[in-house]
Amino acid sequence: MLLDSLANLGRLGLAILASLGRAHLLLLGILSGLPAMLARPRLLLAQIYNLGVLSLLIILVSGLFVGMVLSLQGHYVLSQFGAAESLGVMVAASLVRELGPVVTALLFAGRAGSALTAEIGLMKATEQLSGLEMMAVDPVKRVLTPRFFAGLISMPLLAAMFSAVGVIGGWFVGVGLLGVDDGAFWGQMQNKIDFNEDLVNGVIKSLVFGLVVTWIALYEGYDATPTSAGVSRATTRTVVQSALAILGLDFILTALMFGA
Amino acid sequence: MAPIRLSEILVGAFMALGFVALFFLAMRVSNLSMASVDEGYTLTAKFDNIGSLRVRAPVSMAGVRLGRVEAIDFDQETFQALVTLRIEDRYDQIPNDTFANIYTAGLLGEQYVGLDPGGSPDPLRNGDRIEFTQSALVLEQMIGQFLLSKAEEGGE
Repeated sequence: MLLDSLANLGRLGLAILASLGRAHLLLLGILSGLPAMLARPRLLLAQIYNLGVLSLLIILVSGLFVGMVLSLQGHYVLSQFGAAESLGVMVAASLVRELGPVVTALLFAGRAGSALTAEIGLMKATEQLSGLEMMAVDPVKRVLTPRFFAGLISMPLLAAMFSAVGVIGGWFVGVGLLGVDDGAFWGQMQNKIDFNEDLVNGVIKSLVFGLVVTWIALYEGYDATPTSAGVSRATTRTVVQSALAILGLDFILTALMFGA
Repeated sequence: MAPIRLSEILVGAFMALGFVALFFLAMRVSNLSMASVDEGYTLTAKFDNIGSLRVRAPVSMAGVRLGRVEAIDFDQETFQALVTLRIEDRYDQIPNDTFANIYTAGLLGEQYVGLDPGGSPDPLRNGDRIEFTQSALVLEQMIGQFLLSKAEEGGE
């Protein structure tokens, strides 16, 4: 009885380790496909269209509303201390440092990551990947590599758009509706938001999140059990694991960048 | 999927939009547009106490920002704070008997260097030192003095 449960625990641990190992080998394979992909940039282009362009709507609309809500709530607290002029700093700092990369990555995982997993998983289930192999085409290099780099390129751009639209939304509510002074809003923002400290770190964060989300999505799809139920489970796992990875990594990155 | 030509145009627009957003954040939201690190000339001033003055705090005269605090050092001989100010080049007529104070923006706001112009006809040049300075007001000291004066009143 005791030995059985011990064996179960051991099997679980080994399965996790093996899964991690497969994920890293897959990443290695994806990266080694970079030269082949550069020779055929059209593959990358089509994937940037799928992952980036088609995510635009949800990112822009969410960014706008997140910025507007931040401005409303920030104004409520700040005006109690007579510091409503700092609204711009608050909105911009929270967007550029945290919410931009994190919320964009969460939305990206839901919008693009799940689609990636389902697509790859279905390719596997319908034996298209095996078909490619039969034709002596490496499915990792041909199918996964362009998707991986498309995610890596799209995420920072989407996060930047999210933040920019959010700041504009915050400006609209703060200056337009709540009557914060226009000059103070932008002036304090420019005074307090540092290019290297805040912006560059935000971009680094979104790059890391883009890498992790795309990697998880591709791995889950490639590793899925090739049945309808398997693809469905893999898609769920992508969203859950991406969200956990994003939030956990965000804490670590924030502690490294802004802590201490 | 959209025809190839259309998808190319849309991807191009997407990437352009992304870089526009980054550019907007850099120029409009962050301080990159005013990172005039190498421009302007420097002045130094020694203060007995700079309170919580920080590097990059504004330097202003008559409420107009003329430059920034570039560096804060400690003078081991006089035990004073040595503050380096970088002033924009176009403000080159600051009299050499100008008075430098450390003020606080609002009751709890950040501290900045305020310059009060003197009457001398000669302007300050690059590397000059502002002779007349006044320390930051430290709230604890003020409260201490207030309590002391109250105590003396009570003793009479």
